[in-house]
Amino acid sequence: MVKQQPNWSPYDNNGGSCVAIAGADYCVIAADTRMSSGYNILTRDYSKICKLHLIYQHQHNKQMSCPAMAQLLSNTLYYKRFFPYYAFNVLGGLDNEGKGCVFTYDAVGSYERVGYSSQGSGSTLIMPFLDNQLKSPSPLLLPAQDAVTPLSESEAVDLVKTCFASATERDIYTGDRLEIVVLNADGIRREYMELRKD
Amino acid sequence: MKLDTSGFESTVPFFGTSSDLLGGLSAAPSFDIPATTDFDGFQKDAIQMVKPAKGTTTLAFIFKEGVIVAADSRASMGGYISSQSVKKIIEINPYMLGTMAGGAADCQFWHRNLGIKCRLHELANKRRISVTGASKLLANILYSYRGMGLSVGTMIAGWDETGPGLYYVDSEGGRLKGTRFSVGSGSPYAYGVLDSGYKHDMSVEEAAELARRAIYHATFRDGASGGVASVYHVGPNGWKKLSGDDVGELHYKYYPAMPSTEQEMVEA
Repeated sequence: MVKQQPNWSPYDNNGGSCVAIAGADYCVIAADTRMSSGYNILTRDYSKICKLHLIYQHQHNKQMSCPAMAQLLSNTLYYKRFFPYYAFNVLGGLDNEGKGCVFTYDAVGSYERVGYSSQGSGSTLIMPFLDNQLKSPSPLLLPAQDAVTPLSESEAVDLVKTCFASATERDIYTGDRLEIVVLNADGIRREYMELRKD
Repeated sequence: MKLDTSGFESTVPFFGTSSDLLGGLSAAPSFDIPATTDFDGFQKDAIQMVKPAKGTTTLAFIFKEGVIVAADSRASMGGYISSQSVKKIIEINPYMLGTMAGGAADCQFWHRNLGIKCRLHELANKRRISVTGASKLLANILYSYRGMGLSVGTMIAGWDETGPGLYYVDSEGGRLKGTRFSVGSGSPYAYGVLDSGYKHDMSVEEAAELARRAIYHATFRDGASGGVASVYHVGPNGWKKLSGDDVGELHYKYYPAMPSTEQEMVEA
């Protein structure tokens, strides 16, 4: 019997990039809004950023902390270990002390807390730039050093805009519009910036 | 009298059977399986997405004062360094450590699961679990998933009533008791340094320095290892992190740039 090749794959790569940066009292999360499949653009207005805390709040009667959500996402991904979700996630928020925290994931749920991260088709272009601008001491060093960036909130937002402007130039899957979400003690703020549409 | 052989059954309950004894926490979590005739091919293709971090150097050894556990912190996906700050030494509980090599998600998930099981054992039996017991629990779980594509090469190190304990456990179902192990792509280099410098009667500082050097030399020669060399010590009162040093800085500490050499090279 000849081995059957599958006619249909459940997976599709929709492209796009996302970035998150943790600050002393804020967290910036940004993603482009282009959704593509192969060489086709499916839509230019797809939000890749979502709010996750409401279900937990109802069940546990307290605000969900970012580290708790990080573990929840890791388990959600790992339970599909043998039929993975094709998703490379970045989770951003504020921890119990109000400091920014960013968690970065692979497709099956391995995660770690970092000072900044990018995932997606543009990550190989964006990550080296962030390393150059934000290189924070490794959390593994002893004596421990703080991983959050010393940048101010507006500087971090400008940095993110620069990242995407550059990534859009060289990555065909990144572009259209940039959605930026800033979390801090005052709440959540959303901002948009136009990117190249070609 | 009919013997109870349920312990020998290795098939994993895929459809979520839960044990009341463990309060709903079943022996193994249930996993969705893709509906395909070619499971192995599917896993082989899916693994491209996961690209487990096989590049690593971890080591552990027993000596007079307990167990030293050390690891690098680089994670690579193919040729891309996905992270330089991965925690490869996992704190299972205050007196037991596990190391990570192979698939990062697999190691993280199953070590956390092992920590939960160890705690349940403590509560059910009013005493801590032995290193032998903990490593056996993990090995049995991994054996039941044998052939399904998990990638785990771990060492379980701890201190129990019988003294220091060290086991190597992998996803093929292997479990070995030993006094010196190194796992990962950088392990040949680490073994070279570790084996030549090892003495049973070392002080904690000497042993930590040996481990640090072994990890450093492995990161120097192995492209898939790097980042920060972490060293932990497990003693009778539990584990303690001794050091975390950037290997780039260790290089200049061990081999400082000599001004005279540079001068020679300019003149020649």
